[in-house]
Amino acid sequence: MNSTILLIQLLNGVQFGVLLFLIAAGLTLVFGVMGFINLAHGVQYMIGAYLTFMYYSWTNHFLAALALGLVTALVLGLLLEELIFRHLYTRDHLDQVLATFGIILFVNELVKVIWGPGTLTLPTPEILSGSIQLTENLKYPVYRLALIAIGLFVALCLYVIVTKTRVGMLIRAGASDSETVNALGVNISRLFMIVFGFGAMLAGLAGALAAPIFTIEPGMGDNLLIVAFVVIIIGGIGSIRGAFIAALLVGVLDTLGRTIATDAMGLIFDASAANQIGPSIASMLIYLFMATILFFKPQGLFPAQGGAR
Amino acid sequence: MSELPVPDLAPVNRGPLDRSLMIGLIVLGLLAIMPLLSPILGGDYMLSLVIKAMIFAIAAISLDLVLGYGGMVSFGHAVFLGIGAYVTGIALQEGVYGAFPILALVLLISGAFALITGAISLRTTGVYFIMITLAFAQMVYFSLTSLSYYGGDDGLTLWDTPEVFGMYLFQTGSGLFYSTLVLLALIWFFVWRLAMSRFGRVLRAAKQNPTRVGSLGYNVFVYRLIAYVISGMLAGVAGFLLACQAEFISPSTTSWQISGHLIIMVVLGGLATRNGPLLGALFVVLIEEILSQITHDWRLIFGPLLVLIVLFSKGGLAGLLKNKRATG
Repeated sequence: MNSTILLIQLLNGVQFGVLLFLIAAGLTLVFGVMGFINLAHGVQYMIGAYLTFMYYSWTNHFLAALALGLVTALVLGLLLEELIFRHLYTRDHLDQVLATFGIILFVNELVKVIWGPGTLTLPTPEILSGSIQLTENLKYPVYRLALIAIGLFVALCLYVIVTKTRVGMLIRAGASDSETVNALGVNISRLFMIVFGFGAMLAGLAGALAAPIFTIEPGMGDNLLIVAFVVIIIGGIGSIRGAFIAALLVGVLDTLGRTIATDAMGLIFDASAANQIGPSIASMLIYLFMATILFFKPQGLFPAQGGAR
Repeated sequence: MSELPVPDLAPVNRGPLDRSLMIGLIVLGLLAIMPLLSPILGGDYMLSLVIKAMIFAIAAISLDLVLGYGGMVSFGHAVFLGIGAYVTGIALQEGVYGAFPILALVLLISGAFALITGAISLRTTGVYFIMITLAFAQMVYFSLTSLSYYGGDDGLTLWDTPEVFGMYLFQTGSGLFYSTLVLLALIWFFVWRLAMSRFGRVLRAAKQNPTRVGSLGYNVFVYRLIAYVISGMLAGVAGFLLACQAEFISPSTTSWQISGHLIIMVVLGGLATRNGPLLGALFVVLIEEILSQITHDWRLIFGPLLVLIVLFSKGGLAGLLKNKRATG
């Protein structure tokens, strides 16, 4: 373990955190504003990756594929909202869990039927395929840096939208007390649709951006979904700022944990035991972190007042 | 405690002609004659499928105690299945063969785990409770994958089954079948009686209005914790049976998808009803099997089916039956 590896892992952690933020942003808003548990949010991440892959194989142009993928992800998100989710907002959380679980089963299987059960890869776009010499003996892929930049940019845009615009004001109001917002005559169902479509698109963006780094496979969003839930619980449901900070914390904790845990266990156990225990300790870290946060702050770090029971 | 008024919420029609009791007994009776029918219906394969359905029914019934009657949405209940299975598997591996000592261990360890995690989780409510139970389940999942001595990620094949008074009861299909059925019937009966008891009434009242129940002098936290512990122990029994049937234990038993499946069974069947979780578990396991016989891509049918059931029926299968009665 030296400082170069540590720095690389730190950057990887930030990059993972940024991806998590893109997924968690939509999730926390949908959850916070509408009180809707959308397990199918991970599916939207997967759809983003597959759509970009499909358009890339047609156009051979990454940016065009990305743009087309995002538009399609948005349309699909709005379609799902119109057809299914809209009817579930007033329902019990359990009904929402059930229906969105059904959607997960369906879309995962559909993807398997269309593109096969195997893993697919998407090449990194050529302009971004090199590496940058960051320090004397540290090269870091440009694409990953670009990903961090895009994520931070989106976070900034979201922050401006949520704090400075009228829609943002309504979203914040909705997150803290959606009944009153409705009573004040705001077209709440249109607000919900905007939030939902936007969230779906962000998750799709995360999937598309992750595609060149991770492999594309059926069910790729399932485990990330759980991590994204951990993020929004830590951050406080309905809070974009909380989601951003929690996403970075979780991303860095998880990535660094994977590097450090095995070495740390090596100090206590012998090498082979450490190799066994290290990775599982690392996988547990974020859940331990969440349980600890909830123990001391049962509403998360930045609770949106009164919203989303 | 005994002077405290007990909130009366008994929408239950008691009496010898209690309809839900009849339905439950008919279902259990039908299950009981399955081994006789199995030569017509597909032999041993059919039998082992029904055993699996009954094991999940036990888990679903135990989940309903916290989910339905208690209003606590545990999204990590598969963890108790996993604990039950692993305690059984590890005990067998270490030379403990008696079914009763193993069951005692299962009850003890799953109960202790429920007590500790429940005491922490019940500090939170609502969505936070959902996520913290999930977090504990994930932690156990990852711990089990690191148990390399007992198979780690790949799981562990069991070469023995527990014995009952020197008999290898669980090695024969019908022995395992009837043991599972008896346990299912006992647990089905016990959970309903518990839910209808004084304890259960406090629990159900606390689901509707914890503040009011608290101000009546009941310690809601303690009631919920006890329910959570009992539920965990019963689900542990299902895990024991699962290990006996599969003769294999694997960390994937505790995955969040299995927890989700258990919730599906309870909600589809009907929350806080006598037969809901029982019917729900049988329905889900059998429909998945039937659909997978029709097409390899059965989830393409099952997924939308779930969505449609949610959109068009309130109160699960039990509710559907009730609605038909009401309108017809």
